[in-house]
Formats: sequence, structure tokens, C-alpha cells
Amino acid sequence: MIILVGRGIVGGCAEGEALVTRQTISGWGGIDPMTGTIIETRHELRGQSFKDKVLVFPGAKGSSGWSNAFHMTRLTKSAPLALVFNQMTTKIALGAVVTRVPAVTELNEDPLDIIETGDWVKVDGDRGVVEITKKRT
Amino acid sequence: MYLADDEKAMLDGAGGVAKQKAMELLVRYARALGAERFVDTQNIAGVPGSSTLFLQKYFEEHSGDGGFEAVFSLYDLDAAEVMAVPEVGGNCCHLQGGMDLEHWADLGMSQEAMLHQRADEAELARHGVRIMKTCTPYLAGNLPVQGEHCAWMESSAVVYCNSVIGARTNTEGRESTSAAMLTGKIPDWGFHRDEYRHATHLIEVDTHVESVMDWGMLGYFAGYAVEENVPVLTGAIRQADPLRHKHFGAAAASSGGVEMYHIVGVTPEAANLEMVLAGRKPLVTIQYGAAERRRVYEMLNANGRDPNVDYVMLGCPHASIEQFRQVARLLNGKTIKTHLWMFTSRAVKTVADMNGFTKMIEDAGGLVMTDTCSAIARAVPKGTKVVALDSAKQTHYLPAMVDVGAWFGTTEDCIHAALTGRWTGELP
Repeated sequence: MIILVGRGIVGGCAEGEALVTRQTISGWGGIDPMTGTIIETRHELRGQSFKDKVLVFPGAKGSSGWSNAFHMTRLTKSAPLALVFNQMTTKIALGAVVTRVPAVTELNEDPLDIIETGDWVKVDGDRGVVEITKKRT
Repeated sequence: MYLADDEKAMLDGAGGVAKQKAMELLVRYARALGAERFVDTQNIAGVPGSSTLFLQKYFEEHSGDGGFEAVFSLYDLDAAEVMAVPEVGGNCCHLQGGMDLEHWADLGMSQEAMLHQRADEAELARHGVRIMKTCTPYLAGNLPVQGEHCAWMESSAVVYCNSVIGARTNTEGRESTSAAMLTGKIPDWGFHRDEYRHATHLIEVDTHVESVMDWGMLGYFAGYAVEENVPVLTGAIRQADPLRHKHFGAAAASSGGVEMYHIVGVTPEAANLEMVLAGRKPLVTIQYGAAERRRVYEMLNANGRDPNVDYVMLGCPHASIEQFRQVARLLNGKTIKTHLWMFTSRAVKTVADMNGFTKMIEDAGGLVMTDTCSAIARAVPKGTKVVALDSAKQTHYLPAMVDVGAWFGTTEDCIHAALTGRWTGELP
């Protein structure tokens, strides 16, 4: 098991399979809040849903509707289980707060170098800890 | 984090329960950011209390109340209870909404949704929010001054506010702006602070950038190149005006997360390169020449295959009065073969009406609409397969949202497509 330590920005614990991208994610216009699916035209995750996954990504981009789009996924039960990200922005801070899922950033190592899609990831937003169990290859 | 006496008082409930919940949300948000204090703001642009029919019905079903104050309490302020919402303070305006209240049926909206929007507007007015209904508040009556602390939503307005006006705002969201309207507070983080406003990335432009289309393409390139960082641009970037900045910033905020840019000798905090870079070397230096320009054009036209255009959409970000004049003159006395919708604010439409521009566009077969756009409303004319656009931002979003082919070019290319039904645009 690999343990990364950072700063929790929304408390609580959750665990599940990771969905990882090296591309930033748009909220409004970049996801379908009814299903949690990435819809941005040239995004590497286009067509995939983060519903019930631990979303690991560099950060947010695009419209100021970011928080609203992710807030909506909470209502439609399509939200990610947890958020692990690198780049702090107002979009992602507010989005994480209103999506109300555990969220951790400022990790001691780049999570994008360590976590791969399919790994089992436990996110503790109270302590700012991310535990990774690599998937069997 | 440090809390001033008035902030502590609001948290303690001295201003009533709605202000208390608003302050609580702002504290959660500020802590997530790592902000150390709040800054006072009196200029707030958001979408308070607006609800789609989905939100209205969701809260009716789950909380027994889907009215304005319920949506404001449960969704905007993320509170657990429905509260009486007091009148907002300061200069608060409501940005773009769901539909044109006259041409709602063309947008495929129901009468129920239209009546709901009207009811929301009455509530906004009752709560002291100015109904502006545009992504371009700076063209419609909310123009801050240099240095003014603002709390704005709408990425294209935010980047304009910071870069062109020199006022200070982060890209706020629906929940933070609604909370700021009640409290007059926003986290003192990011673009409110001097150190954050310096450029880190240098873009050296060595091709001629003068037309509105070229400004839009350069903005689109800049967003991809720097993502959420602050770029400074040097080179032959000519004819700076509100229209060109509007298209540059909207594009840069769509392909990337650009909230502020500098152009040496043009924007207010960029008298010279040393000043913009705060005496440091740029982290990254990027070239924009003829080859990059062509690549951006091809990227924007990646969804263009079928030359048969059935819809032309103009007014992203919302059209300025000069754009109305240009389009009206190009269409005057002619008849279009495609659909043509042009979107703007109610303020600019009033001026376009007075000048006869609206009539010239509508006589040619077009429609002028306010409040929204095709991407926001997810609405195109029935049966649309291919759309022509003069906005890099709309070209970025619309094909992903409504599954249409899209061509990007100049306004003239778009009007030519409207008149002939065929796309013939090429990179000039």
C-alpha cells in the first residue's frame, strides 16, 4: 500500500476505484451532471463517468459554472466518491465544498505519477491522507 | 483564519440566519482555498436563486418547497433549512439566464419554464438584485473601476474584469456569489492579491494579430498553452478594443482556465515586461507564429465536415452594439437561407432596437434574443446539423453540448453562410 499525505479541504472518508486523468476538467459544458460523464470534445476521458469513482486529476478549468455542475451531481447521485487533485483554484475549492465529498490536495508526491485508473484508493479528507492499493496487473 | 468583528457577528447570527449560513459557507470555502482572511466587496455578479425546472422539482420533492427562497437557501447557500432571504446589499446583478422571454418557444422552452423564469425575476427584484441577464455585465451597466474588489461569476466576464479593467475578482461560482450578496465578503485569495496578478508565462507573438477572429484564435491558443496560469503577451497585437478583448478572454477562459492576462503596452497592469513579470524570468516562453495560428484554426474547425450550414449563431459573448451594426449592414435588404440567432443583453438590444439594427436583422430572417445563448440554453433551431460560429468559445462548447458539426470563422464568413447556406470560410 502507498500512502500520500496532503491537506484535506473537505472532510470525511471514502474509498473506491480511481479514475485518473492528466487533463484538467471543465464543469459546466465539460460534464453531464445528470450522469457524471465527461463530455468535452477532445478530453481523454470523454464518454467515461466518474460516478462512484475516486476522481484523480490536475484540477478544474473552464466556466464559472464548475461548482454548480458538480453540486448538481450530488443531487443526481452521480458525484465522484472523492476528489484528489493538484492545482488549487476557486472553482475546485467551491466545487468540492458544495459537492460534499472528501477532497485532498497538496500531496507530498504527485498523485498523477502514482495512481492509475483502476487502483483502489481510500481518501481521508479529515486527515488529508490518501491510501493507494495498486490493482493487480 | 482571521475573522473581523463584523464577520464573527454574522457567524454568531447577529444579521439573521440567512447571513449566518452564507458566512458559514464562505468560511468552508475560504478554508478549502487556504485563504487567511476575507475582503469586502460591493460588486457581485452571480445567478442567485435561479432554478431550472429540474432544481425546482427536486426541492419540491425532497424538501417540500421549490420556490426562490428554498432554492437560494438549500442550493445556493448549501444550508439544511429554508430561510427567509433578506434584501442584498451593494451592487448585485444577475448574469445570464435560461431563455429569451419573448422568443422562448423558438428556443424549445415550455410555457411553464418561461413563467417560472418570470416569477424568479420578480423575486430577484424584490431582493434587490439588478436583473442584467448577460455574460457581459461590463457592456450592460456594471463597469467596475481599476482596483475595485469584485465577486463575479462568468469566466469571460472575470477575465475581462481583471485584465482589461484592472478590477479584482476570482472566478467565483454560484454559491459563493450568492453568499457574498448577503454578506459583502469574499475570500482574500488569488486575484485580490498583488502577488497573484503577475504573469508567469510569456507568449511571444510573431504573427500579425488584428482582426476579431485573430484575437479569438490567439486567446484560444493562450488558454491551451498556459492552462490556469497568467500569461503576458508581446508582439504585434493591434487594435485593442472592448470587442477584441471580449473574444480573446472568452476563448482563453474556455480552452484553459485563464482568469487574467497581460498584453505589454495595452492592458492596465502591463506598462512593461519587467513589471508584469515582477522582475522574474518567465517559467515558460511560448511562440505564436503562422504555424501555431494555422493549428488553432484547424483545431477550431475539427468538427466542420459538411459545408451545408443550417444555423448561424452570433453573440458569444453577448454581442456589443458595434457587432449589431456590422451584422445589420451585412444583412440589410437581403434574405438568409439558414436560421440565424444573435444573442445579446437586454441593455444592448434596447440600443440595437433604437438604431434600427434589430429590424434589419429580423427583416432578413434572423432572430435577436437576449438573456442566453445556444450553449447556455442547449438550444439550436430544430433539425440543426451544422452550425457556423464567429466565437472560439462557443465553438469549444456547442458541438459537445448539442451534438452538431461546427465551423469557425469571421463574422463575414458566418453571414455569407447564412445568405448562401454554404460554408466557404478559409484562414485569411
